[in-house]
Amino acid sequence: MPADDVLLEIEDLRTHFLLDDGVVCAVDGVDLRVRRGETLAIVGESGCGKSVMARSILRLVDPPGQIEGGRITLHRQDGPVELVGADKRLLRQVRWRDIAMVFQEPMASLSLVHTIGSQIVEAVRLHENVGKAEARERAIDMLERVGIPKPRHRVDAYPFELSGGMRQRAMIAMALSCRPSLLIADEPTTALDVTTQAQILELLRDLQAEFGMAIMLITHDLGVAAQVADRMAVMYLGRVVEYGAAEQVLAAPRHPYAQALLRSMPRLGRASRTRLAAIRGMVPPPFARPDGCTFHPRCDSAMAGRCDTVTPSSVVVGDREVSCLLYDDEQQEREERR
Amino acid sequence: MSTEPLLRLEGLTKHFPIRSGLLGRQVGAVRAVDAVDLAVEEGTTLGLVGESGCGKTTLGRCIVRAHDPSGGRMLYRWPDGSVIDVAGLKEKELKPYRGQVRMIFQDPHSSLNPRKTLREIIGEPMRAHGYGTKEEVHARVGDLLDRVGLRPEYADRYPHAFSGGERQRVGIARALALSPRLVVADEAVSALDVSVRAQILNLLTDLQDESGLGFLFVSHDLGIIEHVADVVAVMYLGKVVEQGPTGELYGRPLHPYTEALLSAVPDPDPAARRHRERIKLLGDIADPAHVPPGCPFHPRCVYARDVCRTDPPPLREVGGRRVACHFAEELELRGVPDPDVREDPKVSA
Repeated sequence: MPADDVLLEIEDLRTHFLLDDGVVCAVDGVDLRVRRGETLAIVGESGCGKSVMARSILRLVDPPGQIEGGRITLHRQDGPVELVGADKRLLRQVRWRDIAMVFQEPMASLSLVHTIGSQIVEAVRLHENVGKAEARERAIDMLERVGIPKPRHRVDAYPFELSGGMRQRAMIAMALSCRPSLLIADEPTTALDVTTQAQILELLRDLQAEFGMAIMLITHDLGVAAQVADRMAVMYLGRVVEYGAAEQVLAAPRHPYAQALLRSMPRLGRASRTRLAAIRGMVPPPFARPDGCTFHPRCDSAMAGRCDTVTPSSVVVGDREVSCLLYDDEQQEREERR
Repeated sequence: MSTEPLLRLEGLTKHFPIRSGLLGRQVGAVRAVDAVDLAVEEGTTLGLVGESGCGKTTLGRCIVRAHDPSGGRMLYRWPDGSVIDVAGLKEKELKPYRGQVRMIFQDPHSSLNPRKTLREIIGEPMRAHGYGTKEEVHARVGDLLDRVGLRPEYADRYPHAFSGGERQRVGIARALALSPRLVVADEAVSALDVSVRAQILNLLTDLQDESGLGFLFVSHDLGIIEHVADVVAVMYLGKVVEQGPTGELYGRPLHPYTEALLSAVPDPDPAARRHRERIKLLGDIADPAHVPPGCPFHPRCVYARDVCRTDPPPLREVGGRRVACHFAEELELRGVPDPDVREDPKVSA
């Protein structure tokens, strides 16, 4: 039974791409939970499946990609709904009203030929029974809340008239216009400058305090995750390898991949011109996933004969879940000692 | 100093005209680079940071002469010690300079010709500059691939067979083909994943240690710049607003813009989050076509006073650094705290 505060529950989600050259298991057995009002950061390098996982939630994966199995349960106020097998009507209801999404490149997700205001008005009126004038007032109000100066004037602006940061703010205003209970933000600040990025992250924190929605933040940048996340999931090749409270995962990661990822980041204040601890090798090509633990060819702690044959399952280690045989053994030993 | 730096920029300027109307009359100019003085020493790295639109890329492109500067001088010291102003050289006279100053591009996917093999891509500059016989070029391509950590047997493959990190290594091998003395790396690792980025940064540092290359490292990422640069220059709207040794500049910035940039960098350290202060920066990036009067940074500066709105501050020497702020001596700006001090609360947490 899920705890009361769980908003979204993903169980054994598998999204595969059936290509001519073979099957790409972009998401390969992901288990995650998002609690109400909290921020979950999904962290990983490109190709780890974090975006496909997020898109699977709203069923936005384009063919040849398809959800092969698993469950995605949204716990609404009036009871849980299952999203994996949902029909179009239910999906249309859920999208935007329960779960809204913000993408990396606002210019690609906003219509170029409609004003910001008319796009928000359309979204609001599709989901709620309000008049045009009221929806427009709502749009102006939302633009003001996301920190767009002169909202009454900017509501009639076209996306190209706004700067990158302002566009992303407008996108967030639109996403929040129907008061969703979950906002999925897929690399929302990656295309922005550091200064603008800091402003947008601050805005997300403020809006969360005000509206109380949960946020699923997808990012490759551990620094960004550290700024806003309550909880954190580290993904590698379609699986969650570590999941726990963000502060603890960052302070003392357990999975060798999470450890290596954190070590390889240049961080401010470290002595300059020291060697970075790089992760050896590279992310394997999608058709040639290694057997056993997918990270073992790059892992310094890999155990020959075990990690290359046995696929690790998620084990609870202290305050978090880790998918690594190192901890599997520990747990077994502990049980044996008992 | 007895010797000249490898490359010295004096008042380097690049304006792009804004044309409008039927006759294409010039109605203004984007001052992408505005009277910049900088120097790159042999065997060291100059880091250039700033937000998008600050002119850092244009400056890099002027140095490799992909853009023709509109004004100023670029004094390049040849191996024999003579110094020549390359800003004024004509296209024809540039060839020897271009053999010694090379560039690494940001996007490894678009900067390599997909129809050519690695051997052709890396060999191209050697052929263009008459490096030697076909056999010599072949042998050198093998050496270069080996040096950037790729197998020499890969020479006859095409770029599509390689990952982003590997392609960036190819780009580096191409830049090194003519044994340059200065390499301009424009966001050279920004498109790469974190784990691969560390490999490439280590590779660049190793290459510099081996051959005494001078680097101009252009990036918007302050973490990367701190990691690679000996000297950092911060640019804002075409001008250098602060310049100094990396450690000092990061530890105690003198310009409010540097402070704002540093405060905006997300730190993965959970302890830093608790100590974090709000970013001290107002508004959006300014438009380089409409540079504000006075100090160009004043509309976004939280410390701005009346004089900042009218008088542009000159770039002046303050404590061994250069800074363009009227109140550089007065302001107590926050830099990056010492990580060792900062890590203490994490232990107790």
